[in-house]
Amino acid sequence: MAGSPVQVTGTVLTTRRVDAYHALTVVAPGIADRYRPGHFVTVAVGGPTTSMLTRRAFAIHDVKPDYGGTVELVFTVRGAGTAWLADLRARDTLDLVGPLGRPFPLPRDPCTCVLVGGEYGSASLFSLGDALQQRGCRIDFVLGAAGADRVFGALRARRMGETTTLTTEDGSLGMRGRVTDVLPGVIADARADVVYACGPMDMLRGVTAVAAEFDIPVQVAVEERMACGIGVCMTCVVPVIGDDGVTRMVRACTDGPVFRGERVRFDDVGTIPFDALGAPGGRHA
Amino acid sequence: MTASGCGGTGRELAQFYDVMRLGAFVTRSITMAPRAGRPTPRMAETPSGLLNAVGLQGPGVDAFLEQELPWLAERGARTVVSIGGGTVAEYTALARRLADAPGVAAVEINLSCPNVEDRGRVFARDGSAAAEVVASVRAATRYDVPVIAKLSPDVADIVAVARSCVDGGADALAMINTPVGMSIDVDTMRPSLAAGTGGLSGPAVRPLAVRCVWQVHAALPGVPIVGMGGVTTGRDALELILAGACAVAVGTALFHDPYACPRILRELEELLQERGFDRLADAVGLAHRPPGSAPRNRTDLEESSL
Ligand SMILES: Cc1cc2nc3c(=O)[nH]c(=O)nc-3n(C[C@H](O)[C@H](O)[C@H](O)COP(=O)(O)OP(=O)(O)OC[C@H]3O[C@@H](n4cnc5c(N)ncnc54)[C@H](O)[C@@H]3O)c2cc1C
Ligand SMILES: Cc1cc2nc3c(=O)[nH]c(=O)nc-3n(C[C@H](O)[C@H](O)[C@H](O)COP(=O)(O)O)c2cc1C
Ligand code: FES
Repeated sequence: MAGSPVQVTGTVLTTRRVDAYHALTVVAPGIADRYRPGHFVTVAVGGPTTSMLTRRAFAIHDVKPDYGGTVELVFTVRGAGTAWLADLRARDTLDLVGPLGRPFPLPRDPCTCVLVGGEYGSASLFSLGDALQQRGCRIDFVLGAAGADRVFGALRARRMGETTTLTTEDGSLGMRGRVTDVLPGVIADARADVVYACGPMDMLRGVTAVAAEFDIPVQVAVEERMACGIGVCMTCVVPVIGDDGVTRMVRACTDGPVFRGERVRFDDVGTIPFDALGAPGGRHA
Repeated sequence: MTASGCGGTGRELAQFYDVMRLGAFVTRSITMAPRAGRPTPRMAETPSGLLNAVGLQGPGVDAFLEQELPWLAERGARTVVSIGGGTVAEYTALARRLADAPGVAAVEINLSCPNVEDRGRVFARDGSAAAEVVASVRAATRYDVPVIAKLSPDVADIVAVARSCVDGGADALAMINTPVGMSIDVDTMRPSLAAGTGGLSGPAVRPLAVRCVWQVHAALPGVPIVGMGGVTTGRDALELILAGACAVAVGTALFHDPYACPRILRELEELLQERGFDRLADAVGLAHRPPGSAPRNRTDLEESSL
């Protein structure tokens, strides 16, 4: 199976700071070969005697063929695990499992795509952009964050995209506001056929609503707390409507993280909707 | 073997290695009807531990028998089916459904489910309720399929519950299920889990597991025990074996290392070999021998083996 994940002990090649983010390039041959845009990896944090039992999930930002294959992760320090990662130096080793999850589906025929990224969510959009351009698609970027130093990849977006629109909540870069404020204009101007989005849940909900107004498909990559990343623990579930119209609590790690936006019940994330399959007191119980 | 609820459907682990290589694959607890489980967040990490409140999410017994069990049987996995219910009748009905299904190596009864007929008190806390479940599952299960009762450490006297289960007809005991814990996010000043409380697992609970296995083995030396709780290395597995377990299950460690089961088995075999044991059975419960009775060399160990 081409997509099946592997566990590798990778060697850190380089570490660097990119504005508010840390970027880590790791030699991880088996993972780089199998990578498709939208995949993620999980890493073990804290070293061999760690007290941190769950692996941390990160989107793969980039893969390169050097040294048999490298992967680059972009992350922000949130707690103890990401703080440990930020302290890694070149030649340290890192235990990775990947590539994981269902990648972004690509259109069969050339079309116009708007790629929307919030905070570090834009990290997974550039390899997606490459893949789309190779298929002859036009791409336009909309990137947003709280402030200028948290907008990831603005330069690269400007180089790649037909247009690039930036938003910050404090107005320190681009337009003041959120990506959803400018998205309708971008979709209309580009006459977009499809939207891809990666970022915080709130943003994905907003983006999905905008795409629905234009009646165009939207693919979103969601983020939910994960303990295993490989589909065995059932902690990462989100309510998603299936082809049969039934809502199920599905695993973001293996059934996602990429879903069709209109299928995700964003308003019900963090709950069990009463009409979900197997919900307490629900019609299927 | 895998611990219940920690190995998915088996297919997920099969991406990494052949499930036939597992001593046994224990399914998550299967319920009669499909269950959506609890809201998210369902997990929170604690020092060397994990709190989870999944709430037995699963497709229900029909889908399990149609889609999951046949796949495991095809792959040659020794499958232990864990069952969970809210009433004695539900456990019994589940056992009956499993009775005609091919490929069930054993039935494990997850007794840490709330008893809806007893104001939600979990079966495992009440020896007589646990024994009633065990007896009716035993009666509904084929004679050649062992029934394992899985106990919770959240009881005043685990030996008493263990004895009731054995009297009820349990062929073996599994311990421990997760003790109930809680964590509060001091930034949001709310419980970290949507459900409030959750089951604690991982190395944080290992001393609890060792104590439970030790006490039950001391009281009921003839009853096979499946030990689990915080096993992440071969040394951890050996600790439970020395306390009295004759098989060891691995749960939370699988989330950290999908290869945990084959790795721990390899480490355990090496440790046993280093210590001069030919068979695992010779090490079972060995820590119970009186102090000073068996120095660590081969001939003495053979004399003292059970
Ligand atoms: C599919 C996916 C892709 C991701 N990609 C990126 C990325 O490219 N860059 C980036 O900076 N972050 C990314 N994240 C979020 C990242 O996993 C968390 O920031 C990280 O786990 C926090 O770990 P910590 O030890 O620093 O924080 P702590 O808060 O100490 O973590 C405690 C526990 O909660 C879990 N956790 C906390 N926050 C999250 C979260 N947002 N998502 C999932 N689990 C969480 C951790 O895994 C850990 O088990 C991604 C998450 C997912 C699910
Ligand atoms: C995410 C998760 C789900 C679990 N689900 C079940 C279950 O469905 N049935 C059951 O009997 N035990 C369940 N358990 C308990 C484990 O089987 C095991 O008893 C416990 O986790 C201790 O072992 P460990 O420390 O190796 O994980 C679950 C544990 C976890 C962490
Ligand atoms: S993270 Fe364990 S099932 Fe998704």
